[in-house]
Amino acid sequence: MFKILEKQALNPTVTKMVIDAPLVARKAEPGQFIIYRASEDGERVPLTIADFDREKGTVTIIFQIVGGSTMELNALNAGDSLVDFVGPLGTPSKLEGLKKVAVVGGGVGCAIAYPVAKKLHQLGAEVHSVVGFRSKDLVILEQEFEAVSDRVEKMSDDGTWGDKGVVTAALEKLIKEGNQYDEVIAIGPLIMMKFVCQLTKQYGIKTTVSMNPIMIDGTGMCGGCRLTVGGKTKFACVDGPDFDGHQVDFDEAMHRGSMYRGFEARAREAECELLKKEVQ
Amino acid sequence: MPNMDPKKCPMPVQEPDVRNKNFSEVALGYTYDMAVNEAKRCLHCKNHPCVDGCPVGIDIPGFIAKVAQEDLEGAYEILSASSALPAVCGRVCPQENQCEGKCIRGIKAEPVGIGRLERFVADWHRQHTSEQPKMPAPNGHKVAVIGSGPSGLTAAGDLAKMGYKVTVYEALHTPGGVLVYGIPEFRLPKDIVRQEIDGLKAIGVDIETDVVIGKTITVDELFEMGNEAVFIGSGAGLPRFMNIPGESLNGVYSANEFLTRINLMKAYLPGAKTPIQHAKRVAVVGGGNVAMDAARCAKRLGAEEVYIVYRRGMEELPARKEEVEHAEEEGIIFKTLSNPTEILGDDKGYVSGIVCQEMELGEPDASGRRRPVAKEGCTFTLDVDSVIMSIGTSPNPLIRSTTPGLEANSHGCLITKGEDGETTRQGVYAGGDAVTGAATVILAMGAGKHAAKAIDAYIRGKSQG
Repeated sequence: MFKILEKQALNPTVTKMVIDAPLVARKAEPGQFIIYRASEDGERVPLTIADFDREKGTVTIIFQIVGGSTMELNALNAGDSLVDFVGPLGTPSKLEGLKKVAVVGGGVGCAIAYPVAKKLHQLGAEVHSVVGFRSKDLVILEQEFEAVSDRVEKMSDDGTWGDKGVVTAALEKLIKEGNQYDEVIAIGPLIMMKFVCQLTKQYGIKTTVSMNPIMIDGTGMCGGCRLTVGGKTKFACVDGPDFDGHQVDFDEAMHRGSMYRGFEARAREAECELLKKEVQ
Repeated sequence: MPNMDPKKCPMPVQEPDVRNKNFSEVALGYTYDMAVNEAKRCLHCKNHPCVDGCPVGIDIPGFIAKVAQEDLEGAYEILSASSALPAVCGRVCPQENQCEGKCIRGIKAEPVGIGRLERFVADWHRQHTSEQPKMPAPNGHKVAVIGSGPSGLTAAGDLAKMGYKVTVYEALHTPGGVLVYGIPEFRLPKDIVRQEIDGLKAIGVDIETDVVIGKTITVDELFEMGNEAVFIGSGAGLPRFMNIPGESLNGVYSANEFLTRINLMKAYLPGAKTPIQHAKRVAVVGGGNVAMDAARCAKRLGAEEVYIVYRRGMEELPARKEEVEHAEEEGIIFKTLSNPTEILGDDKGYVSGIVCQEMELGEPDASGRRRPVAKEGCTFTLDVDSVIMSIGTSPNPLIRSTTPGLEANSHGCLITKGEDGETTRQGVYAGGDAVTGAATVILAMGAGKHAAKAIDAYIRGKSQG
């Protein structure tokens, strides 16, 4: 059992939890992920590691409440336990040697982009963060990004926070200002990563993306997380989750990601019903 | 007087049209009288070739004699002296190629139903004995076992009985390996696996789930933790795909993914939290036991038509004979001599069909089976909404890529010396599919058994030297 030590709502749909998982914390690196099950009959759900503390033996996860399984997780509180929490899985992000990097985060993807920015900052790189949210209420990790970035570009779809517009607009502005990036690291919705990659390709800037497809075991066994990268089949769980964004077939990844959308909607309703009953 | 009936006592089964709609066990098991009667078919011939056919060398005539004498506990003692998982083997071993394939009754008629008797004795013991096994006296030495499938459980059980403190590390959340994620409930009820594992815990084996060796802990760290030897029984979990167009369409599964969703995650149960596609028309590509399992699961999930698409003929199907028969009875349609060349999709990215090339058999290949050759210009399309790729698996590289000194061959299989399972790294032993590539439960158990002996000899040698 893996105890939840802290729980904090970062915004109405995004929650942060600090989990007691010393074996995972000992090995965790930015870019890696864990798989949790909230209950004995729960689904195995992958989440990228948002932070870790080797000394305290804790791992931080930040998740968006999207389906039945994340609602089930969000129903737990500090003091409760997860039945399973396994990791760290996947390959760590390769950040060594980078001198100047633009880290682009979109929505809850910022939870994954943040540890990358933090590690780059620790390694002495110049970090320009471009973070975007739909609106001001959904902003997470603002201060954290400020603390590890040399520059932060803030964007919102509705203009209630930072500049109005998409992250690609801010990134293009930075590039046009003459910033020469060794690499752009983009983490967020597939559609955002796709457009970031289209932009950076024009400028010939190497771009890494973090993929989060459907998977079960997270160790290479099911093949459900397969992606086409540079015309070849790759498993996100073992070959990634980081990939060269200019090689990823995003359209394919988007339709594969929609495989269980109908099931997810039904599961969400079922979980809502269950929660309502518990409240009554 | 032996029972000279030329036929094996038939196994009582659920009716095909009933069982292809549920996940309960297909074969119901012999009754007491059936078992005693079948046991009397054994002639107790001088050379007992059946024993040579058994990868773990069970004293087959010995246990059968006890059944004939109605001493079932005595029969169980003989079985359990050689096999750590008799209830499992009685159900999933390919007996026709092993013990029963060598039985002299099989020359003129049907062999003795050895597998069915093994299952009966193991089930009888489980239902009638509540006695807990005795905790062996500890010998003060620690061994780590990676993977809780058939080879790992066998090695762990044998080592624990010798007094070793054994910890088994399992990457998934439930121990059992392929017995839990791969083989379906209707062929191997998970309660049986659970009880076998409880038996190991009762003799002091620790099982740590949610630990991925190579990620959470490395093999080097297992040694640092005081283990004197490590057994790798991590199986062959990496699914192969055909690399044909359309394999990334929605509705294309590896058999591993499809079966794991069903068996490990229980996606077939109403209200399950793990989703699975309930397809109407399914093509399963491949002809092994896993393909049969996938096809029969698809049928049970409500598919109207399920095809087995296999590039060789019916005679060449590598699956256990009984599984093929059961699948046919359940209405699975066999499209043999057919090789998929493309999976078709609709405009939303979901599977809509599979294009197959007709094949014919040519000269025998390296495996001794006749090689399938394409029939020029003969293709056909099956309208399906799901395709399950069951064309084999290979060992996972996670452990070998994080363990210095551990060498594998070009197929990714760990290199071992002889049947002891000694790898290229001192103190590290391996067995089962991690060494052989995808094979059978019983071969993995045999490998676990040999490795346990070798590990014991190694540690004894080390402490004396």
